[in-house]
Amino acid sequence: MSNPALCEELATKSYEELAAGFDWSIAERELGYQPGGPLNIGWMCSDRICRLGLADKVALDWEDYQGNQRRFTFDDLRVLSNTVAQFLCQLGLQPGERVCLFMDRVPELYIGFLGILKTGAVAQPLFSAFGEESLLVRLQNAGTAAIFTQKKHVHKVRKIREQLPSLRDIIIVDAIETALQPREVKFQMEEAPRVKDFAVYPTTAESPSVLHYTSGTTGQPKGAQHVHYSIVSQYLTAKWVLDLHADDIYWCNADPGWVTGTSYGIIGPWSNGTTQVVLDSGFNAERWYEFIARRRVTVWYSAPTAIRLLMKEGTEIVRRHDLSSLRHLASVGEPLNAEAVIWSQQAFGRPFHDTFWQTETGCIVITNFPGMRIKPGSMGKPFPGITATLLNTRTYEPITQAGLAGLIALRPGWPSQVRSYWNNEAGFKAKFKNGWYLCGDRASIDSDGYFWFMGRDDDVINTGGHLVGPFEIESALLGHPAVYESAAVAKPDPVNMEVVKAFVTLKRGYEPSDDLELEIMNHIRKHLSPLAMPQEIEFVHSLPKTRSGKIVRRVLRCKEFNEPVGDLSTIMDD
Amino acid sequence: MDEIGKVVRNYVIREYLEEGDDREITETTPLISGGIVDSFSMVSLKRFLEKKYNIQIPDTDATPDAFDSVQRIVALVQRFQKPVTVGV
Repeated sequence: MSNPALCEELATKSYEELAAGFDWSIAERELGYQPGGPLNIGWMCSDRICRLGLADKVALDWEDYQGNQRRFTFDDLRVLSNTVAQFLCQLGLQPGERVCLFMDRVPELYIGFLGILKTGAVAQPLFSAFGEESLLVRLQNAGTAAIFTQKKHVHKVRKIREQLPSLRDIIIVDAIETALQPREVKFQMEEAPRVKDFAVYPTTAESPSVLHYTSGTTGQPKGAQHVHYSIVSQYLTAKWVLDLHADDIYWCNADPGWVTGTSYGIIGPWSNGTTQVVLDSGFNAERWYEFIARRRVTVWYSAPTAIRLLMKEGTEIVRRHDLSSLRHLASVGEPLNAEAVIWSQQAFGRPFHDTFWQTETGCIVITNFPGMRIKPGSMGKPFPGITATLLNTRTYEPITQAGLAGLIALRPGWPSQVRSYWNNEAGFKAKFKNGWYLCGDRASIDSDGYFWFMGRDDDVINTGGHLVGPFEIESALLGHPAVYESAAVAKPDPVNMEVVKAFVTLKRGYEPSDDLELEIMNHIRKHLSPLAMPQEIEFVHSLPKTRSGKIVRRVLRCKEFNEPVGDLSTIMDD
Repeated sequence: MDEIGKVVRNYVIREYLEEGDDREITETTPLISGGIVDSFSMVSLKRFLEKKYNIQIPDTDATPDAFDSVQRIVALVQRFQKPVTVGV
């Protein structure tokens, strides 16, 4: 029986039927892409939608916490992204150069993203709460040529610009009365002469498009290089998993400084011609519910941390708002616990559908499909076209027995798969074993084929759905004058799944105190980001090390999780 | 603005407002929903309050809503400063 609430494919075919006959050419055809021909995400998300007769349809309804509102049609997207693109070309930007977007969730961020891609340059979005050290590492690694920012964030760029010889242009989008410093230029998108026609650079499927930085266990963050062909995956997963329809009002909570905010906060909805709403505001349950009710949001893509914060506020507040417009709910970032799925069914009359993917996959790869039976707490099943399995942790051979734990692995070849790590080929190659891409997570598969998340397979900390690398935190901790040695590990947290905990030994002359703990916490928050700030610091006399002197985070992490430490024969102390 | 309010306001300006951010912080300025203090940074603000006023704020009371303005933070601090009366 067909379900009118679902899109045509999902309404008429079961998951098994979709998976059996699947080919990514479905999306290519729907996007009008001719293999081997030009392919540009900026054009696909704006000009193409206008050509489909949707020029006057609202593409972006934006507002901030103060209630300021701005509205853009798809034709506005087309013309304003042309305007951004022409401005960049006039600055001398060349195809392939990296352009950073370092802004709050303002319209210039979303439209600027498309404009950068139209020039053939690579968009490099970075979370605006990053401190100057996090910013420096990522801009240095990418050799970024230009950066879009706001006057409230430009001081962080000014502090590091002398260390960035490649950075030619610092573009301030709201610098009406700001005195410009060297290399700075003003650009007010809506005040600039509108460019109705722009010759979009003829990028092709494998042309670099987006560079997202993600954290690993060792070394500094890695730049995951994506290509324009990624739109094929992002378009179809947005249509099938987020179940976007022509008349939907879609709200994605994610910031485009992270991959969800670009794959499903820009490319997914706009390649589908979907209207999206954006609330540039921090968390506030009352405000969020009021926003959903007033905007008549139909599809909501959120994150477990936000859902758990909403759970803390209870269901009474839900009943005070008319949320009847909500039709489909999905979640991403870290595993959605069963309690949250059950709560959302009680609070909203429908469950959140957990989706699993990561920066490197570029699109949802394991998911609870609309219409599929949800097992609360499960990740769901692989998206059609994605071959996913679990590998033995020692042999890297696929595990065939249900219920056994293994490493989540994907067979390479889906359109939005990361193509490389910027300037880090060795790090990229290390992600593959026996012809499989390793996600870095552990899971089990039940007898029905559902995946169940168990945890990370490395020292990366997943806090509030964002991966934070311990090395970057430890390096910044050593930048504090009191810190002699440090180790950063994950600590379980009921809201954020994990938070950062730091173990610190102090230099001579410093004593542990509450004051010092707060000072070190704020040091990390300002230099890296609030996400990286240890929520707890434990002052210790020494850290567990191997005989060669390497700090063993595993020992500390296991203690936090009450897990067995395992073989300690190589540890020096104890 | 009372004394606690002034201390909180000054701390927020010093620690959380970015250098180029010229927003005025009043008793009612939205701190969490206004993006000045995010939910992660709230932990360091909570630590500051606990240390400064020698109080313990349970995690269940440390909600984004309770930290959303100087006024609400003052109310939170005062609630936990009050001595607990048991029986009559």
